[in-house]
Amino acid sequence: MSLSNYEELAAIALFGIGLTLLILDRNLIKKIIGFSMSDAGIYLYLAARGYVEGRRPPIVENGVTDAAAYINPIPTGLVLTGIVVSVASSAVFLALAVRLYERYRTLNLDEITDRVRKEEE
Amino acid sequence: MELVMILMLVFTLACALFVAFTRNLLTAAIVFMGQSLAMSIIWMLLQSPDLAITEAAVGAGVNSLLLFIALRKIHAVDATAEREEAPHEGSK
Amino acid sequence: MKGANNRWLEQGDDALDRLIAERIDSPVPETPAPRPPRKRRVRTVHIPHALYLALALLLCLGIIGALMQTTARLPSFGNPDNPTNNEVSRRYLEQGLEETGAVNLVAGMILDYRAFDTLGESNVLFVAICAVIILLRLQQGEARPDDTAWEPRHDLILRTVGRLVVPLVLVFGIYVILNGHLSPGGGFSGGAVIGAGLILCRLAEGGERMGKVLSFRTFRALSTGALSFYALSKAYSFFTGANRLPSVITPGVPGRIFSAGLIPYLNIAVGLVVACTMYALFTLFRKGDL
Repeated sequence: MSLSNYEELAAIALFGIGLTLLILDRNLIKKIIGFSMSDAGIYLYLAARGYVEGRRPPIVENGVTDAAAYINPIPTGLVLTGIVVSVASSAVFLALAVRLYERYRTLNLDEITDRVRKEEE
Repeated sequence: MELVMILMLVFTLACALFVAFTRNLLTAAIVFMGQSLAMSIIWMLLQSPDLAITEAAVGAGVNSLLLFIALRKIHAVDATAEREEAPHEGSK
Repeated sequence: MKGANNRWLEQGDDALDRLIAERIDSPVPETPAPRPPRKRRVRTVHIPHALYLALALLLCLGIIGALMQTTARLPSFGNPDNPTNNEVSRRYLEQGLEETGAVNLVAGMILDYRAFDTLGESNVLFVAICAVIILLRLQQGEARPDDTAWEPRHDLILRTVGRLVVPLVLVFGIYVILNGHLSPGGGFSGGAVIGAGLILCRLAEGGERMGKVLSFRTFRALSTGALSFYALSKAYSFFTGANRLPSVITPGVPGRIFSAGLIPYLNIAVGLVVACTMYALFTLFRKGDL
């Protein structure tokens, strides 16, 4: 296992911590933070794949249109839209969490499911 | 450059682990905000200034603000000190 | 029940009045709907919590381990010969300036070659704000704990700093949007900066004054107008169905502010949608209305 891909390995570690938080933590807010964190890990992975050592950002300088002068613009474009969309999705999650709190007065997912089950019975 | 990058990655991972193990939600939100700022430096080092601007404004700014307001709504942030006086002012 | 009756029989008239007033004021308890006699059997498998934790941890560690193993075998980081740097990105880099006229090749990519994709992203933002409005907007006469009463109202530090900083933030956001095709930035980042500036302005100046400037009607008109403008202005290339048809809007001289065809106008539309969305998310969480 070589460490030349340290950037991507860190991105995977970030994704893994976020995923573990999303699955294992019972607090809804912590789950939402974990989701955003795994988002950040995925974006880091994508952007790291597009990086090329020693090249400039994809903004044309002095009319140089040689592909060997700039990094790959495609991951940047994908991540750019993704960051904004992840904020919108986490806002929807937070709104749902606030409504759940107003109804059940708790953020613990286990308690909420227990009470939903009792209400159904 | 590589040293700064590795430092930032270590900082990001440390923030993530701290968020995972802390019990206080407000602390978690603030540390997550710091992690977003470190991410925006990483974007700059990865030669993507577009991403750096967006992450600084969105990840560190708006996302954390929404988290803080949501924490206030669910009473995770203690606001009793302000509650003593502020409602009288608000009813004007 | 009997105890309560006895209590007001024994006590005087004022106690009776108070009890009746309490009864009238207190909300009518909802009578539970008559349950069907059929008893639903809920089958739940009870996994011990420790076992659940161990299994979930094992699953997460397994996923992380597999991903890390795969990543370690990928072509190394930052190598120009990586298969990700293929003919698609070469084409964007070499022909992008000539075909779109945008100096910032990322803006040229997301707003010209892949404009349909960006329309979808803006629609995701719009749908998200619709969902938050459904979840959090107060109905007529619905009273929910309103925490705008605890907003800092006459905070001297916040107001003074706000007056200094808000114009700078807004000007920077407008600059980032208008120069989106010439320098780093564009609609998404500039819109987020403007949204953050508006939020700061609201915190410094108070909700009522901002509510007059940017009411719910204004927000609706701006958001839907910007989205419709985006969809209509890119519609010609969707209908004609070709990517190289000569357009009436020429790319112009690269590097000028009025160049790159439609990209600056699309940037403004995207920026409006993002700024309105960010501000509206904040106020909906805060107050339940705009």
